[in-house]
Amino acid sequence: MKSTKKMPIWHILMQWEVILFFMLVVVIVVNSSLSPYFLDLNNILRTTFNFTEKAIIVLPMMFIIICADIDISVAGIIALSSCFMGLASQHLGAGTPALIFIGLLTGLSVGILNGLIITKIGIPAIAVTLAGLFLFRGIAYVILGDMAVTTYPESFAYLGQGCIGNTRIPFQLVLFIILAIIFGIVLHKTTYGRKLFAIGNNSTAARFSGINVDRIRFFNFALIGLLSGLASVLLTSRIGSTRPNIASGWELEIITIVVLGGVYIFGGTGSILGVVISILMVGLMRFGMGLINVPGLVMNIAMGFLLIIAILLPGSLRELQSKILTKQQQQ
Amino acid sequence: MEQCLVEVRGIKKYFPGIKALDGVDFKIRAGEVHALIGENGAGKSTLVKLLTGVYQPTDGKILLRGKEVGFASPHTSQRAGIAAIHQEVTVFPELTVIENVFMGHHIKKPMGLIDWGQMREKTGALLEKLEVDIDPDARVKNLSVAERHLVEIIKALSFDVDVVIMDEPTSALSLEEVKDLYQIIRQLKKEGKAVIFISHKLDEVYEIADYFTVLRDGKYIGEGLVKEAGVDKIVAMMVGRSLSQIFPKVDVEQGPTIFRVKNLSKTGLFKDITFELHEGEILGFFGLVGSGRSEVMQVIFGIDQLSEGEIFINGEKVLIRNPTEALDKGLSYIPEDRQQQGAILKMNIRENVTLPIVNELSHARKFLNKKGELKVTQEYGSRLDIKASSWEQLVETLSGGNQQKVVLAKWLATKPKILILDEPTKGIDVPTKAAVHKFMGELAKQRLGMIMISSELPEILGMSDNIVVMHEGCIAARFTREEASAEKIIKAATGHI
Amino acid sequence: MFEKVLKKREFTLFVLLVFLIVIISLRSPRFLNIANFRDILDDTALLAMVAMGQFMVILIAGIDLSVGAEVALAGMSVALLHQYHPEIPIFAIVLLSILIGFSLGSFNGILVSLLGIPPIIVTLGTMGIYRGFVFVVSGGTWVSAHEMSDAFKNLPRGGFLGVSNLLFAAILCVIIFGIFLKYTRAGREIYGVGGNEIASQYVGINLKKIKYLPFMLTGSICGLVGLLWVARYASAQSDTALGFNLQTIAACVVGGVSIFGGSGTTLGVLLGVLLLGVINNALTQINISPFWQMGLQGLIILVAVIINTIMERRTQELIIRRRNL
Repeated sequence: MKSTKKMPIWHILMQWEVILFFMLVVVIVVNSSLSPYFLDLNNILRTTFNFTEKAIIVLPMMFIIICADIDISVAGIIALSSCFMGLASQHLGAGTPALIFIGLLTGLSVGILNGLIITKIGIPAIAVTLAGLFLFRGIAYVILGDMAVTTYPESFAYLGQGCIGNTRIPFQLVLFIILAIIFGIVLHKTTYGRKLFAIGNNSTAARFSGINVDRIRFFNFALIGLLSGLASVLLTSRIGSTRPNIASGWELEIITIVVLGGVYIFGGTGSILGVVISILMVGLMRFGMGLINVPGLVMNIAMGFLLIIAILLPGSLRELQSKILTKQQQQ
Repeated sequence: MEQCLVEVRGIKKYFPGIKALDGVDFKIRAGEVHALIGENGAGKSTLVKLLTGVYQPTDGKILLRGKEVGFASPHTSQRAGIAAIHQEVTVFPELTVIENVFMGHHIKKPMGLIDWGQMREKTGALLEKLEVDIDPDARVKNLSVAERHLVEIIKALSFDVDVVIMDEPTSALSLEEVKDLYQIIRQLKKEGKAVIFISHKLDEVYEIADYFTVLRDGKYIGEGLVKEAGVDKIVAMMVGRSLSQIFPKVDVEQGPTIFRVKNLSKTGLFKDITFELHEGEILGFFGLVGSGRSEVMQVIFGIDQLSEGEIFINGEKVLIRNPTEALDKGLSYIPEDRQQQGAILKMNIRENVTLPIVNELSHARKFLNKKGELKVTQEYGSRLDIKASSWEQLVETLSGGNQQKVVLAKWLATKPKILILDEPTKGIDVPTKAAVHKFMGELAKQRLGMIMISSELPEILGMSDNIVVMHEGCIAARFTREEASAEKIIKAATGHI
Repeated sequence: MFEKVLKKREFTLFVLLVFLIVIISLRSPRFLNIANFRDILDDTALLAMVAMGQFMVILIAGIDLSVGAEVALAGMSVALLHQYHPEIPIFAIVLLSILIGFSLGSFNGILVSLLGIPPIIVTLGTMGIYRGFVFVVSGGTWVSAHEMSDAFKNLPRGGFLGVSNLLFAAILCVIIFGIFLKYTRAGREIYGVGGNEIASQYVGINLKKIKYLPFMLTGSICGLVGLLWVARYASAQSDTALGFNLQTIAACVVGGVSIFGGSGTTLGVLLGVLLLGVINNALTQINISPFWQMGLQGLIILVAVIINTIMERRTQELIIRRRNL
């Protein structure tokens, strides 16, 4: 019995990552023809500042969606984290290490709270995290009201604005790359990753197979909470201030990037490669369109269409293949 | 010669990779009760779906009263006078009985709005006619399995039909309810309707059917009058081989008690379950659907928690809080529903087979070990003779029998001492059935203890060393292999002891 | 009989609502007067209408994230139309707004029903597309009060019997769709499809039609709401109704609509809308800063959802227990 099976070219072309890769190429080609500043490495590096925080949250969101869950409270977690950091800085004069700690701890605690309510009480994730979105950002509003906190220690700014040594490579970017590698290895090469796919495909069978489904789901929510805290630290550091309305609407964009990356919204499939290409594609697209002064809202039109086309393509190709198979059978 | 009400000629239905029906002829006349017989996988359900417009034939003709028809949708077949009670209970759990009965054909007032009053009346009348005590306004999700089945029957009868198709209607009913069902069928016959009765239980066929048609592997095998045919002839047609080949029971000497359960209870599901299992023993658990057998096993395996009671493995009292703890103690459970509970269809054979032991096989309990996984998969896959083109093949593309083998392989790979099999041969073809039984015999020789839940009398009688019969959550009777008989078991299972 | 009422989810919600009102009135007796309630009802009218649409989408086990964008696009379009063609009579504008909403909703509906794309994905996409188009059609500008005629701005306000047009529209909307969902075949089939899609096929329900309908209806409602919104606030901007989609989902969730589809009542949705609406509006009345609004809404959603889940579970347990063992 063979242990592997050779895939026909047809199959290879139909893989999401390949289609996505072609889309990435198209994005690069179109944008570079629209603006001479596009293919400039320095410019690209500089633009990653705007994107890395979201990208960092995309990684744990990938785990969550693969497990057939969802978390739409992440932007609220960012706001709350930032709020507590602001308070600590303004009223307690906290230094950078303390601020980082507070930011991460807030995110983690909130993630744990989400995880507990979802797994122990058994309420659907979408309802709990929807409430969470309102609640967490709401608390930030209650505490800060109309005001912004802008007093942060100087060293704090390095996290979101600094580069590695003398290069132009942003610290944030390196952080993201390391995280992406870790997440990729966990997803595809560890038992944890295997269990994620099992749960997303069939949580009942996973449970019957001895997998502690609730513990893993809980862990996913705690993880995304922690990383939202991290993103909040970086974001706050980058813009140097805290307002209760920061990161507004981020949750939906993050989910879009994950789905665009080939992760099926109902769970069970996905790859780190697809998600990373998706991040690259969306990031570059925003950058390129920004260069020719396309307003953000109009970019969203392109994103929206991209999402719909990306979903349709593999499905229709697969249907075509099915029809061919059935015809072959009849002959 | 009476005209045929419904006739099917040369029907073929192909799916990608499967020939569900490959040339079937079938006819039924008004006022006739016609049994459609065949083992699981023979194509009976597919034929029903073709007659009710859920599927369309790949080839062949369907004739209604001599005229060729096509059923593009369930609507068209209903309007043509054909209604079916499908095997899978397809209800709307959040909706009331009334609505379940009338969904798709709500009664309207002259102005176009729904007439709830009339629908409630009609539902009440149907319930009375069948002497069933269910509140029409009850939400179906609050009904028991048997009650849901009755709602399905009422649903089919609410249509103005000439042909009623019943696909394995008695699987969830008690003896009383089965008798009621026979009454209903006789009544329908009197009214000149035709009833197509699908079953693989021959005793039912003999009780109620006039005529029969046998299918096997998607093909038409034969037909005839029930009165004239003999059991052996029908079985041979169904199965393609003799009975003794299916149940190769080998006698194995039993060893000491390896597993014991005392006063096990779970509020609302079962009470006071006590039994023991010996090395090399196959303990059969019989009972109707809803009697609580699977629930008991799921508590034992740690999927659910017990309310009261004790479990002993090799004489030592144990506490099993989750499947991982059960596995650690050498206890494995092969669930009943292989597609929902047993296998993960969109993952491949290797990933499925190694799932419960993925930690043990991995490097440092974290990193996946593909080589190790392949080795294990190869070992158990070939022992069970799983037919696939490679171990990377997705489980959903395998036949029902091979899927069950994958599930078996998965649990055997955990090297259990105690194996619980919940309906191990349900819905699989005859050759695989025989293979599974043979395998169980081998496991018994290897000193495993096995608990086998089954709803098939021949299987229980053929394979068990001892039999426990459950009824509505309690143990109704126990029999040794020598004491047991079909009649005694049925009586106990339906509460007549 | 009374017992049955007590056990219903809607009763708990009603009690919660009354409780809230009582607490607020204690802090501020001014709260308890007709004019005040009328204002609250006016304010929640828009939410109520769109929530009915979202309700129908959730019933078929879907979700519509594009409602806010539909409202904004329809509103902006008719506002612009009115600005550059003030001669168009108001009733024509009303019809046009509904037509625009109809098309937007239909696009969603066709993608879901014919192409089989999951609703959350379709509406995630169209949310961006439609809102982007708000910018495109307006060229980045806003339509402000002095570019709107008085007749236009008075559309939601005018009325009779002390009830504004806006409130009438909302009441009509709730009644019409309430009746639709309870007394028409299509309405009941919506419950069916959400409850068990396979069973729906077996009984011959036209899946494509039933999956298309809620989106088309929601779109049409959003069209009308778009017009009423920009007229009421006398301004059409690119961030009109931003975040509205989450509010409508919240109202449904609070109202006991199951996110998995197949169950929920119009009354529940109405109570959910009122609960959230009372919080929205009552705060300023009792001198709590509006910054508490979001947080309290989140709290209400969480509490309502937990109560709903626990009540449901308890009923199930009782039934199992009642079954002889």
